[in-house]
Amino acid sequence: MSSTPTTARRSPMAAPRSFVWSRRIFLTLLTGFVLLPVYVMLSSSLKPLQDVSGEFRWLPSGLTIRPYIDIWSTVPLAKYFVNSLIVAGAATVLSVVIAIFAAYGVSRYRFRGKRLFTVTVLSTQMFPGILFLLPLFLIYVNIGNSTGIALFGSRLGLILTYLTFSLPFSIWMLIGYFESVPRDLDEAAMVDGCGPLGALFRVVVPAAVPGIVAVAVYAFMTAWGEVLFASVMTNDTTRTLAVGLQGYATQNDVYWNQVMAASLVVSVPVVAGFLLLQRYLVAGLTAGAVK
Amino acid sequence: MTVTAQPAVGKEAPPGATAPVPRRRTGRVRRGALPYLLLLPALLLELLVHLVPMVIGIVMSFKELTQFYIRDWGAAPWAAFDNYSVSVDFDAPIGKALLHSFFVTCAFTVLSVGLCWLIGTTAAVYMQENFRGRGFLRAVFLVPYALPVYAAVITWAFMFQRDNGLVNHVLHDQLGLTDSPSFWLIGDNSFVALLVVSVWKGWPFAFLIVMAGLQNIPKELYEAASIDGAGMLQQLRRITLPSLRPVNQVLVLVLFLWTFNDFNTPFVLFGRAAPDAADLISIHIYQSSFVTWNFGAGSAMSVLLLLFLLVVTGVYLVLTSRGRRAADV
Amino acid sequence: MRRTRAAAASAVTVSLLAAVTACGGGSSTDGGSNDSPKTLTYWASNQGPSIEADKKILTPELKKFEKQTGIKVKLEVVPWSDLLNRILAATTSGQGPDVLNIGNTWSASLQATGALLPWDEKNFGKIGGKDRFVESALGSAGASGSDPAAVPLYSMAYALYYNKKMFEDAGISGPPATWDDLVADGKKISKGGKWALGAEGSNLSENIHHVFVFAKQHGADFFDAEGKPDFTSDGAVAAVKQYVDLMGKDKVVAPGNAEYAQNQSLQDFAKDKTAMVLWQTAAATLKAHGMSDDEWGVAPVPVQSGTPGADKAVNSMVAGINMAVFKNTDNVDGAVKFVNFMTSVDEQTILNKTYGSIPPVKAAQQDPAFNTPALKVIRDTLATSAAPLPQVPNESQFETAVGTAVKELFADAAAGRKVTTASVKEKLDEAQQQMPKK
Repeated sequence: MSSTPTTARRSPMAAPRSFVWSRRIFLTLLTGFVLLPVYVMLSSSLKPLQDVSGEFRWLPSGLTIRPYIDIWSTVPLAKYFVNSLIVAGAATVLSVVIAIFAAYGVSRYRFRGKRLFTVTVLSTQMFPGILFLLPLFLIYVNIGNSTGIALFGSRLGLILTYLTFSLPFSIWMLIGYFESVPRDLDEAAMVDGCGPLGALFRVVVPAAVPGIVAVAVYAFMTAWGEVLFASVMTNDTTRTLAVGLQGYATQNDVYWNQVMAASLVVSVPVVAGFLLLQRYLVAGLTAGAVK
Repeated sequence: MTVTAQPAVGKEAPPGATAPVPRRRTGRVRRGALPYLLLLPALLLELLVHLVPMVIGIVMSFKELTQFYIRDWGAAPWAAFDNYSVSVDFDAPIGKALLHSFFVTCAFTVLSVGLCWLIGTTAAVYMQENFRGRGFLRAVFLVPYALPVYAAVITWAFMFQRDNGLVNHVLHDQLGLTDSPSFWLIGDNSFVALLVVSVWKGWPFAFLIVMAGLQNIPKELYEAASIDGAGMLQQLRRITLPSLRPVNQVLVLVLFLWTFNDFNTPFVLFGRAAPDAADLISIHIYQSSFVTWNFGAGSAMSVLLLLFLLVVTGVYLVLTSRGRRAADV
Repeated sequence: MRRTRAAAASAVTVSLLAAVTACGGGSSTDGGSNDSPKTLTYWASNQGPSIEADKKILTPELKKFEKQTGIKVKLEVVPWSDLLNRILAATTSGQGPDVLNIGNTWSASLQATGALLPWDEKNFGKIGGKDRFVESALGSAGASGSDPAAVPLYSMAYALYYNKKMFEDAGISGPPATWDDLVADGKKISKGGKWALGAEGSNLSENIHHVFVFAKQHGADFFDAEGKPDFTSDGAVAAVKQYVDLMGKDKVVAPGNAEYAQNQSLQDFAKDKTAMVLWQTAAATLKAHGMSDDEWGVAPVPVQSGTPGADKAVNSMVAGINMAVFKNTDNVDGAVKFVNFMTSVDEQTILNKTYGSIPPVKAAQQDPAFNTPALKVIRDTLATSAAPLPQVPNESQFETAVGTAVKELFADAAAGRKVTTASVKEKLDEAQQQMPKK
């Protein structure tokens, strides 16, 4: 059945020695490449300010944890972190829910305009952000002026923006996952008296959970790192981390050690959450394989 | 028209996996408004955030929208095709710079997407088979994807400093590969620096997608091949890569669009004036509109860019035949 | 079916478009209103060591204002990385603060948008008159010949900071007064990994500030009397070349400085790697990098010959922050009152003292705090030998085009390529052609 998790695949053939060695070399180099900046971040975050910008040394001397204390008072880091969590979290949830509906519609129904819809959604993925940034905030301001719904400068505006950033790819991926859920399943559910939405949430969604998790992770990361729109559309109270981190670079000084410390601190929960979801994520992207 | 729509995410169901779908189930097909209701939220939001602003952006591209008029842009004078003709006058500095920036972006995108795909695929193939530490490595490889972009790129900028950076410390001081420390953030090397950062940030996504695609390949295929005496390389060529084709089609397109439009990486790495060799088009347009407050010209350049991307994507979809299938839906 | 949907979609599109175009500029009541007389929103720029520090510095002052007038000021300190974009958004949408800080070099650009309240005689009268302000500071508050678009708040000028110990080690008795002296002294210092002068070669604004002064010293301007760009005059070319030659030909600036854009040159100075920097306020930063006040000295920025003064003896641009009122504020009286408060002698003394800048209000300069050796040099420069950057609407284009040209020339010099009069002229010509035609 579709929900059977795919287990780690073992190659039927024992790997030859040369393969194992080339694998070791390649993966070691790659790990080094990936972790190098992380190491630099860590070591820089433990130096006093006057040492950070000095000549690079592999083993730093004179370590201090001071930057980890200062980061909270130089910039309202905790507030930015909460803002980012709210914005990215809400954008993710909404994006996933909306994508589920749309993908279900496309994968299960035949209707006029389907092709137009998929092509349009796909094409929005290629709009350069610069082109619609200015018009978008004009629209938000005018909606605010005429309806009183504050979109400009509020978290809501940012949430709506970000969720549409991830929406095209999410819909696209979910269509594929839903296609791989056998239709007999939702047919059966309907026979049992579920409506189409009942079938979606009782059968299709549970069967596609791994794929949904994958889409959610993608949506979260999209919202988490965005800089351009956030720099224009947020203010003091709604600023997100991605732009807030730039607060460590002031007119006269860049607090390098604090930038690095703050980046590590805010990344830890994300990486941790990421690792927890990893099982779903990897399995999720395989949902096409239905045994 | 067929009722069995092709999976759009680019994995083909393994033979015999999906239950055959009976044709034409009238009860499902004609449910009137329901499918439209299902699509409505997505459509409305795309309309609000992408499509309408884009239409406005296109209107702006025909206006003389400088700081004299931004306060009431509806009243800005029409510029007809002025913004476009300035942008494509390749003999004058503005057009020349735009064209140069375009070529730089193309070269950068091809190399970055190619390397991301190559590294991602190689890593995924190597990690197809279980070995000790695989789970740990898989976690490590996702770190670049999870770090905030600003933090990651600023760290790279730090490492690329000429006098105090790690890169020159290794290349010049420790390995002695260069006679004198090189510049990475200005001059011609800045292209390399940008590429390295972009690949570092982008390959884990390719890795994830390919790794997932690999798990779709039925084990039986490998078993059959190894009974036939095919070696690992042959298996890679005859089974793995062909099976990955649908995944790759989507992956490469998505990576291409992201890389081509990427703004964050060059902006954080170089600030508002990227060096010539790494003058990506997104930064170039930002400079032509936001920094110098000439939104007419910036919009015109964006529209040209969008047209180019539409053409490339269209051609790509037709060539990879995905378009025909999607169109058949 | 398809037709209705298409019709619906286009109806939505059209109505949204109409909504946007109809009120694209927000409220158009020129001169503002007094609809909400009890509150103000104020965007402050980041002047102190951090955004949080700025809030701590400004909040008690705003409380004082509230006590005096009953008007509550909502403060937001906007980081420099966002400030111009935020102002742009506010200008386009009409949704912005009532009062805001702007970099004084932006004054004419922002004035051209028509979004800022002009400071005519009447408005100046409400804050005690024009005469209270230093003339050079007023010159950087808008295009000449029109009412200023803003009021000076904090003033700064460039000075030459020198490292006393490095001067001693090289056997140099005092700071150089002319560029020839500086190069001669510099050659004595620049050896063994030490360098004479620091530069922020990749920082466009810094580049502009310096080549502007060099151009003045060569009797040239980057804009003619009508405000048209004139980047390729002999004087302008000589100016840019002289600045870049400090690295390329004279070799008193370390090649590595070509990529500096984040105050790295100041860090080199604090680490005894560079003996001199041209800077505005450096004291606080130097202290943060472990250099105590008695280790450095301050002198006027060198000139070509003689002593600093007017015209060809100009040795700094007028740097500083201006305060502006958004035209469509709904508390215009309160906003003017707030500007009056912030430019009062008391507040000027307190704030400029805290930020290490010079008050543009003459009466406030009397405080002994502005008489330290470092600030005295800057005060004298502002009074006698500083000139405002060109106050033209296209100032930001100028900064981008010429600043980038200088950055690229520095990159050439750093890579050992020859920077000649011809190559400088070519770069500047290219920059000029990128300027708007009008």
